[in-house]
Amino acid sequence: MKTVRPFRIDAEALSSFLPSRAIRGWQGLLLLGIFLASLAAAQAQGVAAPQTPSAIATLIEWMPFILKGFVLNLVMSFLAMGIATVLGIALGMLQLSHSRLLRAPAWIITHLFRNSPWLVILFVVMLLVPFEVELPGGRNLILSDWIKATIAFSLPVMANVSEIVRGAIVSIPRGQWESAESLAFTRGQTLRWIILPQCVKRAIPPWMNWYALLAMATPMASILGVREAVGNAQAAMEAAGARPELLVPFYLFLLLLFFAYIYPISIWTRAIERKYAVET
Amino acid sequence: MFSLIAPLFQRLYDETGLNFIIFYDRYEYDRFVSGIAISLQLIFWSILLSLVIGVLGAWVQTSRSRLLRGVVNGYIQLFRNTPPLIQLLFFYFGLGAFTPQVDMGGYYEPLISSFAWAILSLGIFGGAFNVEIFRSGIEAVPKSTAEAAESLCFSRWQTYAYITLPLAFRISLPALTNNLVSLAKTTSLAYVISVPEMTYTLNQVWSDNINVPEMMLVLFLFYVIIVSLIAAGLHWLEKRLALPGYGR
Repeated sequence: MKTVRPFRIDAEALSSFLPSRAIRGWQGLLLLGIFLASLAAAQAQGVAAPQTPSAIATLIEWMPFILKGFVLNLVMSFLAMGIATVLGIALGMLQLSHSRLLRAPAWIITHLFRNSPWLVILFVVMLLVPFEVELPGGRNLILSDWIKATIAFSLPVMANVSEIVRGAIVSIPRGQWESAESLAFTRGQTLRWIILPQCVKRAIPPWMNWYALLAMATPMASILGVREAVGNAQAAMEAAGARPELLVPFYLFLLLLFFAYIYPISIWTRAIERKYAVET
Repeated sequence: MFSLIAPLFQRLYDETGLNFIIFYDRYEYDRFVSGIAISLQLIFWSILLSLVIGVLGAWVQTSRSRLLRGVVNGYIQLFRNTPPLIQLLFFYFGLGAFTPQVDMGGYYEPLISSFAWAILSLGIFGGAFNVEIFRSGIEAVPKSTAEAAESLCFSRWQTYAYITLPLAFRISLPALTNNLVSLAKTTSLAYVISVPEMTYTLNQVWSDNINVPEMMLVLFLFYVIIVSLIAAGLHWLEKRLALPGYGR
């Protein structure tokens, strides 16, 4: 319970104006600084061998290729998040079903995927799901690697969304259910019109958090040959002569790329979390 | 142990075709056991390193110097918001290229092996989360406790080590359990820098013997057991350390 005292400055409400917030800006700059410093170092190394292009020139030359891979990372993360959200909400509600027959499998699926490493799930889907699936119409659906990887990434997120939904529904006070029942709402109606709308606020910050984790997991697809940002960067280094001085700038560029995408999301998540914080 | 289970799994293979080769072939069995050992060591050391970083980082964050706080904050944000996979690759390939090589009598080996890089990288990654967890634990310790310690002539470090940290640790245990479990799962990423831990070992086994589904099952079971053990251990600790009238 937050007590409001008169004539007292509320540090939390003022926090967005306080200097501690200004530090944030230079955290991003710090990474940029390291990146530029490494470029300078790589440049200095490159001077020794003038006939080959410097590491920065190589990086700039291959940048569009890596960025093209990064677009695939984004597409995979969007699709996987969509799948995970739909399935996760269904699974979360099944976990709270009155019927044990529905509850038990939902619980098992949730906990199996929550407790296994992403990489293991990725291997399972990539190696055990067939490349081609025959549709009932007699046509063949080709599941390319990146689609299979997307499905693989959606599974652990689905399990965690399921837990988020379950947790959010459980966190709604019992009185809400009881008063809805006294107003002759059925269980389904209560869920649809009363409980779920209240869950949205509570579930959005963790949901966004999981999106960030998902986006950070997509580079794993490169291990199994999907040509996304990391795979493309490695291919580019290979093509540019596999010189050791390329490694630091290329991998730092990848780190920076993901940081530039994920960091704003996590700041935004925290802002929403503060805004929606439920006073208890 | 091996001679006990070997005939059983040999018969299982002969009769049903389920090829759990790691349980009846001596060579694959040894490989499997060493995979378990390396995985467990990797998990243990990276968790330990992440805890040390977490405690030190959280202490620094209570310091009065804005520069130190900023540096730790920068570290947290950098490692929380970038993919652990790229961090591993960066540490091993990027920084590994600069570490000195040691003469092993005829051939050269890097001073820091891929196993050590995996521990370093995963420990630093997990540590970034632990700092935040411990910091919020420390913030939850009532100010009056530290003031009481100060009035008893405890120094800043003593207050931290004997008063604040033990209380903060209890408060942050549930969040810590989550993070350590997720760190244990992340150790499977050491696969990419070819540390012969469980994922890597079983990957080799199924490549050699074409028994992917069976080995996948073993892999799933391995991680489910590890995760359950860590979670159970920390829950036990939570119960054990619970102070009457403190927390929930």
